[in-house]
Amino acid sequence: MNFEFSEDQKMIKETARSYLADKCTSADVRRILDGDESFHPELWAGVAEMGWLGTAIPEEYDGLGLGYLELCVIAEELGRAVAPIPFSSTVYLFAEAILAAGTEEQKKKYLPKVAAGELIGCLAMSEGAGAVTPKTINASVSGGTISGTKVPVVDGDVADHAIVVAKTGSGNDEGSMSLFVVDLKGEGVTVESVKTVDPTRGHATITLNNAPAEALGDTGEGWAIVDRIFDRAAVLFSFEQMGGSQAALDMAKDYAMDRYAFGRPIASFQAIKHKLADMYVATELARSNCYYGAWALSTDAPELPVAAATARVSASESYAHTSKENIQTHGGMGFTWEFDCHLHYRRSKVLGLTIGSLPRWKDRLIDRLEARNVA
Amino acid sequence: MDFNDTPEEAAFREECRSWLDANRLVGWEDRIGRDADGIAVSREWQKKKYDAGWACLHWPKEYGGRGASPIERVIWSQEEGAIGGLSSLFIIGQGMCAPTVMAHGSEEAKTTRVPRIASGEDIWCQLFSEPAGGSDLAGLRTRAVKDGDEWVINGQKIWTSGAQHSDYGMIITRTDPSVPKHKGLTMFYLRMDTPGVEVKPIKQINGNSEFNEVYFTDVRIPDSQRLGDVGNGWNVSLTTLMNERLAVGGGFPTNFEDMFEFAKNVEDHNGPAINNGSVREKLADWYIASAGLRNTGYRLTSALSRGETPGPEASISKLVLGENRQNMASFMLDLQDMYGVLNDPNLSAAEAEYQATFFRAAAHRIEGGTDEILRNIIGERVLGLPPDQRVDKNVPFTDIPTGDK
Ligand SMILES: Cc1cc2nc3c(=O)[nH]c(=O)nc-3n(C[C@H](O)[C@H](O)[C@H](O)COP(=O)(O)OP(=O)(O)OC[C@H]3O[C@@H](n4cnc5c(N)ncnc54)[C@H](O)[C@@H]3O)c2cc1C
Repeated sequence: MNFEFSEDQKMIKETARSYLADKCTSADVRRILDGDESFHPELWAGVAEMGWLGTAIPEEYDGLGLGYLELCVIAEELGRAVAPIPFSSTVYLFAEAILAAGTEEQKKKYLPKVAAGELIGCLAMSEGAGAVTPKTINASVSGGTISGTKVPVVDGDVADHAIVVAKTGSGNDEGSMSLFVVDLKGEGVTVESVKTVDPTRGHATITLNNAPAEALGDTGEGWAIVDRIFDRAAVLFSFEQMGGSQAALDMAKDYAMDRYAFGRPIASFQAIKHKLADMYVATELARSNCYYGAWALSTDAPELPVAAATARVSASESYAHTSKENIQTHGGMGFTWEFDCHLHYRRSKVLGLTIGSLPRWKDRLIDRLEARNVA
Repeated sequence: MDFNDTPEEAAFREECRSWLDANRLVGWEDRIGRDADGIAVSREWQKKKYDAGWACLHWPKEYGGRGASPIERVIWSQEEGAIGGLSSLFIIGQGMCAPTVMAHGSEEAKTTRVPRIASGEDIWCQLFSEPAGGSDLAGLRTRAVKDGDEWVINGQKIWTSGAQHSDYGMIITRTDPSVPKHKGLTMFYLRMDTPGVEVKPIKQINGNSEFNEVYFTDVRIPDSQRLGDVGNGWNVSLTTLMNERLAVGGGFPTNFEDMFEFAKNVEDHNGPAINNGSVREKLADWYIASAGLRNTGYRLTSALSRGETPGPEASISKLVLGENRQNMASFMLDLQDMYGVLNDPNLSAAEAEYQATFFRAAAHRIEGGTDEILRNIIGERVLGLPPDQRVDKNVPFTDIPTGDK
């Protein structure tokens, strides 16, 4: 058995880590946090140059054609660095949807641009508070144009194209939902930035008023396609979350070793030591579950739906836990804008909500386990 | 990443399989237990494996093994499957005592004692914990005093699992109370029928008596039964404890799948319990813990396959298992509502298995290092955090404060 990444994959990970340590410092993340930009364009250009955007895009569409294990290790490092770039929206969602449902022509049109860093993509789904179900989708298509309002769209304010979930049937069921690619720079589109819990990533309200819409996949298949994309994306998101979880643990540990109270390092107090031990356990379990997800994703295994939900739930919980307890370990410093604790606290929430919240994924996990037992 | 064997591993697996196919005992399932017949069938299976070189296969040949690599050991246990549970009778001897004898014993002890542990002829117990020293093992008080070529042991051990059917015990004693606690200890082994050794079973919360009190009154043993140098008992015990966590950690499965089935079949006020959101949420958490342990196991196995030794990282398994098993079993009783109070294999769901786990899992969090001690180990040895500040380290043992519990 070899349930580990290969030497080449570890090299990619090491390269990614040292590249990001240099180009995506805390100061870089804070530039986006504090400034008016919604992403870090130099980092984005650098990441494109490194070839990361095309890691899993086949060579025929100008990608590197490596694979998902390679993409997973890069995702882990992006998560660790809290990278302020629209990587997940463009690569895990937009490109994956085109790969899964696009025609040959669409693949040729979009994927080389994604790989080159010339196209930022996003997925526009949510329209309001509460679980996103077909009932909550009001955006609709008629005569080749689309109208409706999507909020929030992660990375929507910096994206060039969106994949929009919209109604094509008269009903509010899954079979009435279809996907469309919309050029966000084109006519009938208004994009407005919105404030979110994590300003290091751009978010937008996108209003579509008879905007030209290009069908992606078959009519009525939209919901099913998103479901499949979410399983694949869940593994990649999990790697970002697990990388973030590890970073928050490392940060808490380093602080606890150096901070003295009552004449000794706070790390020697059991309440802190046991807290760190629990953070370690959560992160290790998440790591192992992510690895299994990576295996399932990279081999297109029938286990993918269960494995993806397992990785997602495990990594969401782990990152939520470590990012919160990292603040606690820092005491008052943890609550300051100046310390980086809140970067993880913010990012863990955004990653945990994009593609659906923890309760929803837990429910999905049990659905999948039930389906597995029936099959 | 793949789950395939290397060609050598596949060949080894085939070898295991063909021996097992030809030799597996019949009807062992009905004889499992700690009564005379249960012990007999365990010994029968162990001897059969030993004669063919499949017992403790990772040990050197001269001590009864076949010098197998760690990954071969994993492959063997995957292939052996459930019948391997019969060997749990020998786990303390094979998992903890023999490795200690191999590391610290005389050549004679190694060649005479160890093979008989492998073959199941000798059952061993671990005489470590005392009323005054469990987590704080080095606080133990059982004395051994040198008298010519012999040692005279007086004192009491407690929580000694399996002492009642053991042939030998490994015992840690205090040989010098005038030096700091960790420095005055010495390790020995002895026959459990040595005059002056008295075993008294302790009744546990589940009504069974797996563990015992063991009293020592003027027990005389030869110096040749010493393991390691006089005063070096603490270091010797670390060998045992390191092996203990590996032996205890993975020994219990979470049984998630059974419980999942149970939640599908039992009903609450609205139909199948599994449709209830609060039930689903708990099951999801237990599934990720359970899958997390399985997948961590895959990572450890791959490390073994590459020839690496797993470190103290392996301690997460017992920590996660203990608490989850206890909570899961308790919840399985909740799901039965009023009926859950029954504890009768003839009446209870799943033959009262969840009731049994409800009780037994409480011990899982204590034996072989409590949850709290495991968190200390993860904190200090895995994460490298500074040790606790202690008041008992550099003073003579006799000057250390004690309580009255
Ligand atoms: C089923 C079972 C089988 C056993 N089998 C054997 C056996 O075969 N041989 C053998 O030698 N022993 C055996 N033991 C004993 C076991 O190793 C001890 O019970 C265990 O180490 C705890 O020690 P204690 O009982 O003295 O509890 P204590 O050490 O008194 O612990 C009481 C509580 O204090 C906590 N505590 C203690 N020290 C610390 C600390 N430094 N930091 C934080 N918390 C702390 C503990 O975690 C625990 O919650 C067995 C125990 C059980 C339950």
